[in-house]
Amino acid sequence: MSNLRIIPRLDIKGPNLIKGIRLEGLRVMGDPQEHAIRYYEAGADELIYMDIVASLYGRNNLSDIIQKAARDVFIPITVGGGIRSVDDARHILRSGADKVAINTAAIARPELISEVAQRFGSQAMVLSIEAKQIAPGKWEAYTDNGRERTGLDVLDWVRRGVELGAGEILLTAVDREGTRQGFDLDLLRQVSSAVPVPVIASGGMGTLTHFVEAAEQGLADAISMADVLHYKRMTVPEIRAAALAAHLPVRKL
Amino acid sequence: MLNRKVTVVDYGMCNLFNVVRAFEHVGADVTVATTPDAVQQADRLVVPGVGAFRDSMKEVQSRGFADVIRKFAQTERPLFGICVGMQILFDASEEFGEHAGRGILPGRVRAIPATTTTGQAQRVPHIGWNHLHSGGRDWAGTLLAPLAGSDPALYFVHSFAASPDRPEDSLAHCLYGGHKVCAAVQRGQVMATQFHPERSGKIGLSLLSHFMQM
Repeated sequence: MSNLRIIPRLDIKGPNLIKGIRLEGLRVMGDPQEHAIRYYEAGADELIYMDIVASLYGRNNLSDIIQKAARDVFIPITVGGGIRSVDDARHILRSGADKVAINTAAIARPELISEVAQRFGSQAMVLSIEAKQIAPGKWEAYTDNGRERTGLDVLDWVRRGVELGAGEILLTAVDREGTRQGFDLDLLRQVSSAVPVPVIASGGMGTLTHFVEAAEQGLADAISMADVLHYKRMTVPEIRAAALAAHLPVRKL
Repeated sequence: MLNRKVTVVDYGMCNLFNVVRAFEHVGADVTVATTPDAVQQADRLVVPGVGAFRDSMKEVQSRGFADVIRKFAQTERPLFGICVGMQILFDASEEFGEHAGRGILPGRVRAIPATTTTGQAQRVPHIGWNHLHSGGRDWAGTLLAPLAGSDPALYFVHSFAASPDRPEDSLAHCLYGGHKVCAAVQRGQVMATQFHPERSGKIGLSLLSHFMQM
């Protein structure tokens, strides 16, 4: 493990930053740009934007929001939601994103992972996984915000995705998302151990201890959080300080 | 009056626009060069890049930029390579077989080791913020002058790194799995960084701003 990253995640619906619980029951939090600038100024290592209803409607409306963010935010930006083709990916990358995160379209047509990786590099192709536990030690990949089953075992799917060219995994534990109950450490550790590429933990952060656990026990390379930042329960500098106190390899500002 | 002009080479790489926006943010007057002629006329030249060396070199060559970039480097005007734009200034790369670079700086581009110095498997690509070490080189008067006396971390995303033949060309390295990874080089007015200053927050922007005064 090295270079542990702190990544605020902004879920977007239409023009708004929203927050849900288990990706449902969405509440409008305000203007994504204000939050993005606040996290950038506070020393976030990257940002993730997710258009959480895009795949339901078969569209992506994030490019305007990303273009605006790119004028003021000079850290890496990952964008997901509704990206279905190399052209969609190009459009989002030209808008100012550094990486695209793809879930639904990659499950429908896995070759898309290779196409995006070959055209833009593996580092720009993030495989997004929505995982739900179906039995002890067993998780299934879902699509459409944890609504649709795919029948795919998460561990099998991440291994295949990396073989096809995914350079990073964004792993969202749907059962934990928005609950502040902590990350699914078992899932996280199993996925981190299954693939040689970095894994971003998402879903469940409620305390600083959860952050430390995700790195130490879950072996996460990067940790994303939404609720605790959007509701101002904690700040990015507090998370960084807690990580440094636990001797985790986050950057020193 | 200070010259605010900088030319960024467009050879189809996706981070072009982020590099352009970052230079504009620090007050530069940016021209995007789509032809070799525009490169020749540049006051300052930036070669951006991200992704694979082979594809990048192929694009640089097919668009006719290869020779003009090398000629530009001999003019004593400032030249700045970023990430893959750094790697293509070197002699050759091992990425996806042997691919000749521009040979502006002597050295080769090699894969980041997949194991740490203690033999443990490590993640490749190297993604994330990493601290720079000067290796004893004085940063005064160089691209990294704004960072002198600090312990700066900048954003890296790469699977390959340059290995300069001349130690005196090296400005900084970072440590990854215990290995020294070349992070920045400078020889005269030719300079380059493996990290992405345009994605490294205010510290990175300070380097772009400084480049505009070189």
